[in-house]
Amino acid sequence: MPLDEQKDLEVRDFRIVGKRPLRPDGVDKVTGRARFGADMTAPGMLVGRVLRSPHAHARIRGIDTGKAEALAGVKAVITSADFGEVDDDLVDILVNCMAHEKALYDGHAVAAVAAISHAVARKALKLIEVDYELLPHVMDVDAAMQADAPVLHEDAADESVPDGMSKNVVRRHEFGHGDVETGFAAADKVLERSFKTEASHQGYIEPHACLASMGPDGQADLWVCTQGHYMVRNTCAGLLGMDASQLRVTASEIGGGFGGKTTVFIEPVALALSRKAGRPVKMTMSREEVFRASGPTSSSSIDVKIGMTSEGKITAGWAELRYQGGAFVGSPVEFGAMSAFAAYDLENVQTIGWDVVTNRPKQAAYRAPGAPMAAFAVESVVDELCKHFDLDPLQVRMKNASSEGSKASYGPTFSKIGLPTVLKAAKDHPHYSAPLGPNQGRGVAVGFWFNFGGETCVSLNVNVDGTIGLSVGTPDIGGSRASMCQMAAEELGVPYEKIRTIVADTASLGYNDVTDGSRVTFASGLATIHAARDAIQKLCGRAAQIWGIDEDAVIWEEGYAKPAGENAGSFEPLSLAEIAATAANTGGPIAGHTEVNADGAGQSFAVHLVDTEVDPETGAVKVLRYTVFQDAGKAVHPSYVEGQFQGGAVQGIGWALNEEYIYGEDGRLQNPGFLDYRVPVASDLPMIDTVIVEVPNPGHPYGVRGVGETSIVPPLAAIANSVSAAAGVRLTHLPMSPPRVLKAIKANGQG
Amino acid sequence: MVQVQIWGSLKAMTGGEGELQVEAKNIREMLDRLAEAYPRLKPQLARGVSVSVDGKIYRDAWFTPLKPDSEIVLLPRLSGG
Repeated sequence: MPLDEQKDLEVRDFRIVGKRPLRPDGVDKVTGRARFGADMTAPGMLVGRVLRSPHAHARIRGIDTGKAEALAGVKAVITSADFGEVDDDLVDILVNCMAHEKALYDGHAVAAVAAISHAVARKALKLIEVDYELLPHVMDVDAAMQADAPVLHEDAADESVPDGMSKNVVRRHEFGHGDVETGFAAADKVLERSFKTEASHQGYIEPHACLASMGPDGQADLWVCTQGHYMVRNTCAGLLGMDASQLRVTASEIGGGFGGKTTVFIEPVALALSRKAGRPVKMTMSREEVFRASGPTSSSSIDVKIGMTSEGKITAGWAELRYQGGAFVGSPVEFGAMSAFAAYDLENVQTIGWDVVTNRPKQAAYRAPGAPMAAFAVESVVDELCKHFDLDPLQVRMKNASSEGSKASYGPTFSKIGLPTVLKAAKDHPHYSAPLGPNQGRGVAVGFWFNFGGETCVSLNVNVDGTIGLSVGTPDIGGSRASMCQMAAEELGVPYEKIRTIVADTASLGYNDVTDGSRVTFASGLATIHAARDAIQKLCGRAAQIWGIDEDAVIWEEGYAKPAGENAGSFEPLSLAEIAATAANTGGPIAGHTEVNADGAGQSFAVHLVDTEVDPETGAVKVLRYTVFQDAGKAVHPSYVEGQFQGGAVQGIGWALNEEYIYGEDGRLQNPGFLDYRVPVASDLPMIDTVIVEVPNPGHPYGVRGVGETSIVPPLAAIANSVSAAAGVRLTHLPMSPPRVLKAIKANGQG
Repeated sequence: MVQVQIWGSLKAMTGGEGELQVEAKNIREMLDRLAEAYPRLKPQLARGVSVSVDGKIYRDAWFTPLKPDSEIVLLPRLSGG
């Protein structure tokens, strides 16, 4: 099916899209009826628990599970030996789920048990004897790049890494165009600064949980909290040597993911335990396990150099980014290097990214993975240059902004993008000119994210009573069931309330990519629109049969099939419900389908504006006012869009001010809990104001752009610029916790 | 012939060339010809790439047509969180 392009992007008055109907999952969520990962039970269910390494780096000389297996109530014990050979692209995933030969970080799984109760399972874990040979560890990205750093893997680097570097450096990425030295020569001021950010966790409220049940015939079911149950099915089937058809995965409701639930941790372990025990096994991570063994984002170390004229024209931008991604290849440094200067239309730009392994848990995606740290570094230097020349920071960004026709710093030429409109909205907003008091500062920053579409499959069933059942395969992590209902209702011309959207299991619908990349409202939405149009075509066909006219003589308007004109004949319009009621007589069930690899996701830009106040005696930072401006293309359900804007800002506030993985000298995580790892709570925050900008994406029938990730890109920089202004000293190390701010103030001779 | 821009770190695999010319009518042919002409690109091509054609980014669409005057840019495979 050809997908709609610009020709289809008409200015139209939407009937339902753009409104704020009640969310279909609201009652379930507030009454507790909604079932999350840990809410599923099965007859004969066992409890699965994982034994984790207390060491940051150790060779596993042997594991003796004999005593644990002999304990009454223990039904299965597994180690890496219970998994067979797997494809190359699954090796790291398997080794992260169950250590093989070496424990690579504090919290790394080394064995697991299934037992009849939590008490028995805990006791069994204590009976497993692991013979460790301790190895030196390395936690910091810059330290891991040193020639004499402890080495995690002998051969993880690929062909991009030059000879002679530490074996912990596993990938090199470079982007850009022009000649930065020529650009720097044309500048009135060239400023170079270095920055560091610490690892932060996605901080979802619901820990990872699943229930696995495999029968003696090899058929299995998995109920799991995930952002992508097809990914879980394919990965687990590969890890356990199963046919994908033998594993049905059902996604539960999800209590937050933010990218952290785009891979597997306990799911293959639960399946392996169930296979060995012959009974269902439920596994739930504790909060401590979530922190120690599921993915935080990378910590980073970044150098930025920017040249600017006295009129505020950026002549060149250069950055070197070093991200550690935990014990495995795959930090998002390439996305950091691609996005660092994407907001700027530059003649000369170069970014270099280094992917580095350390003895930390394998990083997982976190909203716009890799981009927030890069934006922090670049936007801090732009801010400092604006101050140097006494230029308006938004005016400078408008002067240099990427727009349609700009060559992006990562290669392509931008088509229609909304950055200039977003910048103007921020400049015109009363927040930008509001007065500030003593010890207060205002910060501004720009953020960018690519967005993508991906493989998507949707079925839309017309029920005999004229209602609609819509099946999608993308877990709803941000209100997508509501927006799918809206888009289907818009196309079909039926009320929003007549449509129910469900997230189908992996056996019931074709493959869908993970809910990530800000893709669902774009891609599942596009597929829903086309499934509705497919159903409309069939509905018109049925009406044509009833009237005895040609199918192309029937049109669909506002929920009714109508003759296309006077020549088609004179017939009373038939409603969707009327056609559905006689479906059995006119050819059987009516349904619309779409299978698509949705390309054309539009890039998204945001500007964040924030006021903070710094206490010069304690270094504590209070966020006074915060406004988010972002291009949504078309906001299908504005409340959810605003929620994404606000959520990104709040997570960014936490990352900027407090959240930090703190390791001891022994390489053990010191703060694996919400008491010591402090996420922002409501009393820490002002109302996050939002301004939705709508510059339609030509790749979507309604102009939708993804909004879920861009909102976390600017906050680190905007808050750092604000705090630096309030404190009178440039802050270059996140989080800007009170001790760090106080130290900077004192070093600057103030306070 | 189409002209394909590659990202900076791949230049080490093409003898320093950043813009490559191959005979191809669609993305699949373009990737196949690149692998033949520049064998050292094969590991990256096997790991996966995205392709921008006139500003629109494709992840797996083999049969997207390419025109001689299309702006074609090879990109790392995009994902998200």
